[in-house]
Amino acid sequence: MLADSDRIFTNLYGEHDWRLAGARKRGDWDGTKEIMAKGQDWIIDEMKQSGLRGRGGAGFPTGMKWSFMPKKSDGRPSFLVVNADEGEPGTCKDRDMLRHDPHKLIEGCLLAGFAMRCQAAYIYIRGELIREAETLQASIDEAYGANLIGKNACGSGFDFDVYIHRGAGAYICGEEMALIESLEGKPGKPRLKPPFPAGAGVWGCPTTVNNVETIAVAPAILRRGAKWFASFGRPNNSGTKVFCISGHVNAPCNVEEAMSIPLRELIDKHAGGVRGGWDNLLAVIPGGSSTPLIPKSVCDTVLMDFDALRDVKSGLGTAAVIVMDKSTDLIRAIGRLAKFYMHESCGQCTPCREGTGWLWRVMERMAKGDARVEEIDMLLDVANEIDGHTICALGDAAAWPIQGLIRHFRPMMEDRIRTARLKPLPTAAE
Amino acid sequence: MPKLTINGTEVTVDAGKTVLQACEQIGIEIPRFCYHDRLQIAGNCRMCLVEMEKSPKPIASCAMPVNEGMVIRTNTPKVKKARNGVMEFLLINHPLDCPICDQGGECDLQDQAMAYGLDRSRYTEHKRAVPDKDLGPLVETHMTRCIHCTRCIRFATDIAGVEELGTMGRGEHMEIGTYVEKALTSELSGNMIDLCPVGALNSKPYAYTARTWELVRTETIDVHDAVGSNINVNARGREVMRVLPRLNEDINEEWISDKTRFAYDGLRRGRLDQPYVRKNGKLVPATWKEALTAVAGAITGAGGGSVAAIAGDLACVESMTALKDLFDQIGSPHRDCRQDGAKLDPSVRAGYVFNTTIAGIEEADVCLLVGTNPRWEAALVNARLRKRYLRGGFLVFSIGPRLDLTFPVETLGAGPETLEGIAAGGHPFVEALSAAKRPMMILGQGALARADGSAILAAAWRIAVTCRLVRDGWNGFNVLHTAAARVGGLDIGFVPGKGGLDVGGILDGASAGKTKVVYLLGADEIDMRRLGSAFVIYQGHHGDAGANRADVILPGAAYTEKPATYVNTEGRVQQTKRVVFPPGEAREDWSIVRALSEAVGARLPYDNLSELRQRIERAHPHLAERDVAPKAAWGSFGHEGRMDQTPFRSPIDDFYMTNAICRASETMAACSALYVGNAESKTGTHG
Repeated sequence: MLADSDRIFTNLYGEHDWRLAGARKRGDWDGTKEIMAKGQDWIIDEMKQSGLRGRGGAGFPTGMKWSFMPKKSDGRPSFLVVNADEGEPGTCKDRDMLRHDPHKLIEGCLLAGFAMRCQAAYIYIRGELIREAETLQASIDEAYGANLIGKNACGSGFDFDVYIHRGAGAYICGEEMALIESLEGKPGKPRLKPPFPAGAGVWGCPTTVNNVETIAVAPAILRRGAKWFASFGRPNNSGTKVFCISGHVNAPCNVEEAMSIPLRELIDKHAGGVRGGWDNLLAVIPGGSSTPLIPKSVCDTVLMDFDALRDVKSGLGTAAVIVMDKSTDLIRAIGRLAKFYMHESCGQCTPCREGTGWLWRVMERMAKGDARVEEIDMLLDVANEIDGHTICALGDAAAWPIQGLIRHFRPMMEDRIRTARLKPLPTAAE
Repeated sequence: MPKLTINGTEVTVDAGKTVLQACEQIGIEIPRFCYHDRLQIAGNCRMCLVEMEKSPKPIASCAMPVNEGMVIRTNTPKVKKARNGVMEFLLINHPLDCPICDQGGECDLQDQAMAYGLDRSRYTEHKRAVPDKDLGPLVETHMTRCIHCTRCIRFATDIAGVEELGTMGRGEHMEIGTYVEKALTSELSGNMIDLCPVGALNSKPYAYTARTWELVRTETIDVHDAVGSNINVNARGREVMRVLPRLNEDINEEWISDKTRFAYDGLRRGRLDQPYVRKNGKLVPATWKEALTAVAGAITGAGGGSVAAIAGDLACVESMTALKDLFDQIGSPHRDCRQDGAKLDPSVRAGYVFNTTIAGIEEADVCLLVGTNPRWEAALVNARLRKRYLRGGFLVFSIGPRLDLTFPVETLGAGPETLEGIAAGGHPFVEALSAAKRPMMILGQGALARADGSAILAAAWRIAVTCRLVRDGWNGFNVLHTAAARVGGLDIGFVPGKGGLDVGGILDGASAGKTKVVYLLGADEIDMRRLGSAFVIYQGHHGDAGANRADVILPGAAYTEKPATYVNTEGRVQQTKRVVFPPGEAREDWSIVRALSEAVGARLPYDNLSELRQRIERAHPHLAERDVAPKAAWGSFGHEGRMDQTPFRSPIDDFYMTNAICRASETMAACSALYVGNAESKTGTHG
């Protein structure tokens, strides 16, 4: 279990003051100028050494991502964009960081922005996070007031602005290219890659889009050293991570833990265990709604990190653990996720626009058993036809839960269909 | 130049090309819906997915730029599966109404479903239905058929320059539309019908009138403006059913204006299908013999000196040559092809053609418009200007009324005052024009068709010389015509001979009773009241203003009904072909003049079209060079004189009503009422 002294988010539960004074007491903004004095290359190198992988879901190495940004401007400014459009069902970590520890993010913006020679950071915050946006704005104002950001930020001679942009609540705007479009004032429809944002992002300028958590942990890494951060978790999966545990557990919570913690330990230690005991567990969605579920047999031993979950054909995603006990109607649950993805599809490209609705409709029937057994294969085939064929990853995200369901619970689906067939037809006017 | 491997074949392509283009280069067909050569890349249909080595997912070949060492595969099971999948998704919500769909037979979705689709449907849920949108009198919509490729949106936004179409809603509920329902206000809107890969956007006038496989297609050219757009006229039996664009990179690329596309219904209405002779104040049907005898009688009675001819906007080179020859024979120098009174100088060809050429616009960096609104006078020249503007580094200035050309235009002044200022060298704009590498000026008929037109032409010539519009390998002096007949008429010298009268003189003479016989070769756009008591012969194809005033009507053929030569504003010689026969007794125009020559006893020395063309080519060798824009030698033209300070105005107030064919067209009338008559903004209280 992670020692309290190793926790980065020391006010995750909002017990302390979120304002600048409180944040300073917890160590934020301490020696920022000195870190900056070590230079851009040192910061990026340290980030690479730390092994931090993006916390937004895809897990791309952060140091490498930062190093893609141009070292010398061709006349265009560079921008840092922080993705605070947290919308993945099951995920609620950024929200707590924004409302209880906003200064971590702002300091992270400055350091990341400095390392990537950015002119400003745009924090794209989900529209529904109203109080959080207010808190964040108040913190930004405080930071400006204390000359921590703005002209000559922290007395380093570096000018850096931080702006908030409020989204309108579309899930797709959490996709980096859709977020950039939305930030520019256009409908949130993902752009094609290439060009990648580091080449041409927001307003055609070099841009890096990072998750809130990724940016917020950066100051701690730079202060305490890459070695310290890399000491947690398995190689290539290092660091600490905020897990969001929800569903059929006794004490749902957000908790910061070391990477590669066994799933069972995570649930038992921090979430009070599965409702009705571990044996009452049916399945877990380990990384937010888009990752394929894993059945209890896998949950028994799996470690919570990128590689371990990839090996069991799921993913760490945002580390939003959704626990489902045996009372869960899994087909309905996954069907509900299918509806979510249908609703949130931007409609731009064919497989996602047409396929997500198809998936949902078939899942609805499957939940009632109003289907044929062969249709399970068809459903899987349709999911496979979406997976990997779309502009952004929303298509994949829509396909994965269903692929996971069929992979592990096909007999249950077949039973449901057979049982429904046996039921007598309802007769009118009984 | 990057080298990549496609299906084991090495191919070197230009940097900046896409994988799809590289595949095309070696003859590998990649299915696509959203991709189009001339539009921005959207990458949203996902039909063009191919496998790329080191990429876990298939890539959209239309959007992927080529890179050195790429390894692409287009024939793997994975690619086939991806195409099958996308095809299936496109079809699940597409209605199965191909048997009644106008796109049937020329539908990309149909064709590619045959090639890349599955033979049966697995989709048993309800299909989506989408309410149709009303986009005006030209474009019919069947939105349920839409596959959301967004070609129409990209065309409207980029090529046509009207940001009126977009998507609304998300996911399955995404719809293409104008948000607030309205008619598209582009003069190029018809091209969206061609671009639409399915039957979502159809031609409203053509809707449900023919099946594509019944049509006979004839490649010909358009005469509704002086651009000479290349078109493909589709006919069934004796009727023109629709007009489509034909690719010509030098002129219209693959677009045509809405007038070119939709005015064809005018060819069916108000036609002159037999000769008429006015008896007791009334036009009565006559035989050709009676009509020609009446004309011959009038001409011989009046004598050469008091007979005059005016050629209209749609007259072909052949008929003008024959009429000119006839007038030479009867000894009349009074003839003019400039019915609008434009003071064009026929002596120097460079002084009345579009020297830069339409394709040459793409090389220009500064453009000065003088008394012209290219959007209405030559929609495709305007489209080319916009194309050049979109590439950046192109400044457009105008002298004349304020213009909305779909791209920014800076108005320097309203009339000759500003022009004279630039010609004299005192205007600050001179610097910009002289500093440009490829400056061009477009002189419109609005500046020339006025009493001081000759002086304006001279001032424009002075600007061309002082600002070096004409330099090595570049001629930036351009005259933009509005009539298909004009350059041809000037080329063959259908202008006053020695001591002859021009249009103004002819009309004055007729008013004063000096000009006794006036021969109108399709001339409808003159003030008929000024013809006074003259004996008027009208040769043409529509019962328009000229026929109304005529004493004898000789029914001719429209541009779709005769093989004829036209010279476009660039000086490019092109020929129409006969698509259908002229109605009733109507005849090809040159043969009417030839028949008349016999009746007046001045027999013209050619008996068929090829003899006439030989005669034309002998007299004017440059007219033998077809489909090229010949370079015209620079010279001096125009006559210095006093300029009137009246501001310039475009000769076209109503884009949809410019000639006899348009005026007979119901479609054009509907457009005119809607777009020019502002019918849209009228409410119930407007009487």
